[in-house]
Amino acid sequence: MNVITQVNDISDSHGEKTVARRTVYVYQAPVRVWHWLNALCMVTLFITGYLIASPPDSVTGEAYDHFQMGYIRFAHFAAGQSMAALFLLRIYWAFVGNAHASQIFFVPVWRADFWKGVLHEIRWYAFLEKYPRQYIGHNPLAHLMMFSIFTLGTLFMIVTGFALYSEGAGRESWQYKMFGWVFSIFPNSQDVHTFHHLGMWVLVCFTILHIYAAVREDIMSRQSMISSMISGERQFRDEGV
Amino acid sequence: MSVVETFYDVIRRQGITRRSFTKFCSLTAASMGLGATGAAKVAQALETKPRVPVIWMHGLECTCCSESFIRSAHPLVKDVVLSMISLDYDDTIMAAAGFQADAILKETREKHKGNYILAVEGNPPLNEDGMFCIDGGRPFVEKLKEMASDAQAIIAWGACASWGCVQAAKPNPTQATPIDKVITDKPIIKVPGCPPIAEVMTGVVTYILTFGRLPELDRQGRPQMFYSQRIHDKCYRRPHFDAGQFVEQWDDENARQGRCLYKMGCKGPTTYNACSTVRWNNGVSFPIQSGHGCIGCSEDGFWDKGPFYERLSNIKQFGVEANADKVGIAVAGAVGVGVAAHAAVTAVSRVTVKHDDKAPPKG
Repeated sequence: MNVITQVNDISDSHGEKTVARRTVYVYQAPVRVWHWLNALCMVTLFITGYLIASPPDSVTGEAYDHFQMGYIRFAHFAAGQSMAALFLLRIYWAFVGNAHASQIFFVPVWRADFWKGVLHEIRWYAFLEKYPRQYIGHNPLAHLMMFSIFTLGTLFMIVTGFALYSEGAGRESWQYKMFGWVFSIFPNSQDVHTFHHLGMWVLVCFTILHIYAAVREDIMSRQSMISSMISGERQFRDEGV
Repeated sequence: MSVVETFYDVIRRQGITRRSFTKFCSLTAASMGLGATGAAKVAQALETKPRVPVIWMHGLECTCCSESFIRSAHPLVKDVVLSMISLDYDDTIMAAAGFQADAILKETREKHKGNYILAVEGNPPLNEDGMFCIDGGRPFVEKLKEMASDAQAIIAWGACASWGCVQAAKPNPTQATPIDKVITDKPIIKVPGCPPIAEVMTGVVTYILTFGRLPELDRQGRPQMFYSQRIHDKCYRRPHFDAGQFVEQWDDENARQGRCLYKMGCKGPTTYNACSTVRWNNGVSFPIQSGHGCIGCSEDGFWDKGPFYERLSNIKQFGVEANADKVGIAVAGAVGVGVAAHAAVTAVSRVTVKHDDKAPPKG
């Protein structure tokens, strides 16, 4: 076939055609495990968090027969604390993992080519570029979004989440000792509730964009995206990238 | 009137029995969480220590703090604690008026320099050089600063003095400002609430008299003993919250059953006060017990965290009726629509390109 003959690294033995693709190992196992567990935590937190603010219809009967709100809150606290613990492990892995492991924790704002890359990606998403650029890790725009929305957003949710948890845990709790300073900034915890709630919607928007971009670029950027977070390997469909 | 007269001397003179006095000491010690020996400490202090002179000033306020204070459950408080602390100056309820009253301020400042307690009800408005609150012919803020300069400590009574309350609610035309933003060089204890609970007020005064210092304060400058827990934590309707049984409408069966008012906008989960334990009017009731949610009156800027009857606060920046969910759903919806549109354009542009042209040209 015409398409296949254009590709160099093709072997045709015994009538079977195989194509070798360039692959790079990007996401190490801890990063992949963290990614999917974190995704699970986030979905749990979105649902239970929404239900804490807008509880389901009242249950009937005696109070001692039910613990509906209690279970919803338990799931929220369990998922939240799991996410926080996983986040700590993820930070640890940023230090001991490969070069890509620390990418979501900082933005190289001082590098001109980074901003050129961001501009290129914006043009790519605005349909002004004909061909995608391919990156081993996140592309610069994704990198920027990962850090500013996901990493900082998650950090914000963890900090405000523990601060809100400390309200019930009490003034003697380690949560209050560590995160009580939030109430020095916002003396009325109703504000912290409101910001924590808005933070959920920010992360919901992030999730929509993240999934869309992963699917789109898996198709359009001629490199693997979704399977990379399963196998850890990124495959490039073209040469010379 | 002797300066060394003790609290006990005063109450005996006023005909209060020792039995009543002991009961007051026990009640107060218990409410302050002082433990088994607390009552004796309180009693001893009140019997032996000279009374601390207290100046009670009124800025922009509604006097609900004073009203609450004189309705303190225990008769001793009404009859004696009030007279004890207002003996020197309280322009609302003192007998003296005009120049005579002002003279007391001057006298206290000179005679008890650095020793008196300044209790402030209300706050100073700073706009227009403080002209929105004139007291004794001059802006209240001047009087406040003057009296604060020689005070030992300041008690900020109520939401006004602590946070600003209704006069500081948006847009705050008079620039009403809480005490701790005006006086920055003195220890200030905030006793917020609109009004604060009478027993909390007398408890704070008694603690200061007993131990000669301010009680332990939290991050916001409130006494830990009364403001370290939320209404929600000690609410007798809490089991209904955990069970998921809420009042859905004001007149529904759940309301009649006395279930949780969370969905009706109760601010108990974000309000630090002692209402659900101490309660009001001699421990008779408190708002939630009367079937109405807490409005969070002891919290910073509670007027602007409304509506009182909805769980989620309005976010005014996004319009009058917006809250976190409305904003969030609108934004997430816009993102979803944007993503769908972008995907559609991507799909169209992709089908119009021949497959071989999708890869960048070699070389």
